[in-house]
Amino acid sequence: MNIYVLMKRTFDTEEKIIIRDGEVDKEGAEFIINPYDEYAIEEAIVLREAHGGEVTVITVGDEDAQKELRTALAMGADKAVLINLEELEGPDHFTISEAISSWLADKDVDIILGGNVAVDDGAGQVASRVAEKLGINQVTTITELTIEDETVKIERDVEGDIEKIETTLPLLVTCQQGLNEPRYPSLPGIMKAKKKPLANVGVNELEMNEKELTAKTKTIDRFLPPPKAKGKILEGDIDQQVNELVHLLKNEAKVI
Amino acid sequence: MEKKVLVLGEIKDGNLRNVSLEAIACAKQIRNDGEITGVLFGNHAKDCAETMIHYGADRILIAENPELSHYTTDAYTQALMQIINKESPHAVVFGHTAKGKDLAPRLAAKLGVGLVSDAVEIEMNNGRAIYTRAIYSGKAFERVTVTEGIELVSVRPNNMKALKKDTSRNGPVTAFDPEIKNLRTIVKEIVNKTRGGGDLSEAKIIVAGGRGVKSKEGFRPLEELAEVLGGAVGASRGACDAEYCDYSMQIGQTGKVVTPDLYIAAGISGAIQHLAGMSQSKIVVAINKDPEAPIFDVADYGIVGDLFDIVPKLTAELKKILV
Ligand SMILES: Cc1cc2nc3c(=O)[nH]c(=O)nc-3n(C[C@H](O)[C@H](O)[C@H](O)COP(=O)(O)OP(=O)(O)OC[C@H]3O[C@@H](n4cnc5c(N)ncnc54)[C@H](O)[C@@H]3O)c2cc1C
Repeated sequence: MNIYVLMKRTFDTEEKIIIRDGEVDKEGAEFIINPYDEYAIEEAIVLREAHGGEVTVITVGDEDAQKELRTALAMGADKAVLINLEELEGPDHFTISEAISSWLADKDVDIILGGNVAVDDGAGQVASRVAEKLGINQVTTITELTIEDETVKIERDVEGDIEKIETTLPLLVTCQQGLNEPRYPSLPGIMKAKKKPLANVGVNELEMNEKELTAKTKTIDRFLPPPKAKGKILEGDIDQQVNELVHLLKNEAKVI
Repeated sequence: MEKKVLVLGEIKDGNLRNVSLEAIACAKQIRNDGEITGVLFGNHAKDCAETMIHYGADRILIAENPELSHYTTDAYTQALMQIINKESPHAVVFGHTAKGKDLAPRLAAKLGVGLVSDAVEIEMNNGRAIYTRAIYSGKAFERVTVTEGIELVSVRPNNMKALKKDTSRNGPVTAFDPEIKNLRTIVKEIVNKTRGGGDLSEAKIIVAGGRGVKSKEGFRPLEELAEVLGGAVGASRGACDAEYCDYSMQIGQTGKVVTPDLYIAAGISGAIQHLAGMSQSKIVVAINKDPEAPIFDVADYGIVGDLFDIVPKLTAELKKILV
């Protein structure tokens, strides 16, 4: 089975965000694999263990993303690909998915797995866009996946309801929390990862025309929300606290 | 220039979702006197058409093909593509819901255009729409604009304000019959987990419980409080994982993103993934016995104490003034 994973390197969840000149300051920040992509990597490895084949992890990013690719290889992926779009001005979801699909265009794909959303930009566009570009079916926010011969059985999370569906390969899925528990890289895994292939792909190696290279959206600026005034911790005994809360909700906040 | 705008209306349990009304309000900003066309698919399309018109749509297109009675990526993409090809709109507005999240990027790729996902605000600048959206789990925001081509946008529920209902408005409702074929997904079964009491993402008041609620029964006091307030009950991942409640109640990055007027968090620590789903609430009340819990950092009012003492007293006090 030819298994591909779309992965993004993101800020560590706990990291404080600092904005400088409209850009998020990356200086000194800790990075991680986007948590939802970890589910995708884990599921890809489980699929390979069951069906054989190969897991290739793809990311779009700069040189630093090699670290997260190595982590994915240490978890058990076989190959990694780093697509570097640094030359482009302000790549957006459109350009990034065009680049990934260009790279995948001549590959024999059985299944592609991605995270349901990246926790940094929170848009959740790239995976579905890639599926469309490749002309394959998509199923998003999956919480269970079974492949028996040509039949793919899936459970997906639809705002808390569960949808049970059937489809076939080739397929792209996005992974939701609950699908699995991602493994930690083992020590032998980390050693092996160092020797696994990691390809660097530049824009000029992708067959993309001018239109495909041009972003369709532009970020004008980024900013922090106005600092929230420190909340009131209510004092007194329970009865006093409750009475004051009711009073505040009614007369100050005016929400009841 | 007049701009034609399409709004995909979303029907749940036979009713139009509020987010679709908010999407019309967004379309109204974009359109510059152009026509707003509501699009409705599936079984109750006809019943919901009038509502869209009352809230600002000029005309409605409905398709009642059986293939559209339940959402699948293929069927909705095909139907909407045929409308877009025919109507050549300037923009298409979706709700940032399970359907919108699945469909909008797919359609954007098919059209080769830009999409702004999960917009919470729109402003017009020299005829161009500028959208505000949350990034880094709500720790920051960005303002984005579409630079060329058809403009797709999905709007976060409960953020843009719906227009006032005007029952004197009317407009044509036209049926069309899109060609739908080669569906690759078969929906076998839907396990409906959502409890009554409405849609969490659209609730004005939410009482949410976390692991601190300690058991299924522990949610009872929260339900009673929600009932008195006319609100809905939500939960943290912690409470869902501990099986105190169903995952359909989960609020946060994995669950629902909510923006109510009042959010009462009881026994929730306030992990970043939870905050991502609720920190934009207008007023946050935190009830937690740990004064160091990070939920207090986003709370307007906090009570440090045992929720099992506080919540029933709060319910009783509110009953006096609300019931
Ligand atoms: C990829 C990923 C996605 C995630 N997505 C989500 C998400 O969408 N939503 C979400 O909520 N979480 C999510 N999480 C989990 C999140 O990190 C936290 O683990 C979770 O929110 C904790 O739930 P909790 O606050 O209920 O539990 P805890 O952190 O255990 O907090 C319980 C709180 O209850 C208080 N308490 C205990 N007893 C009482 C009492 N009697 N009275 C008052 N207070 C009491 C305690 O002081 C404590 O603060 C995600 C995690 C990951 C890795």
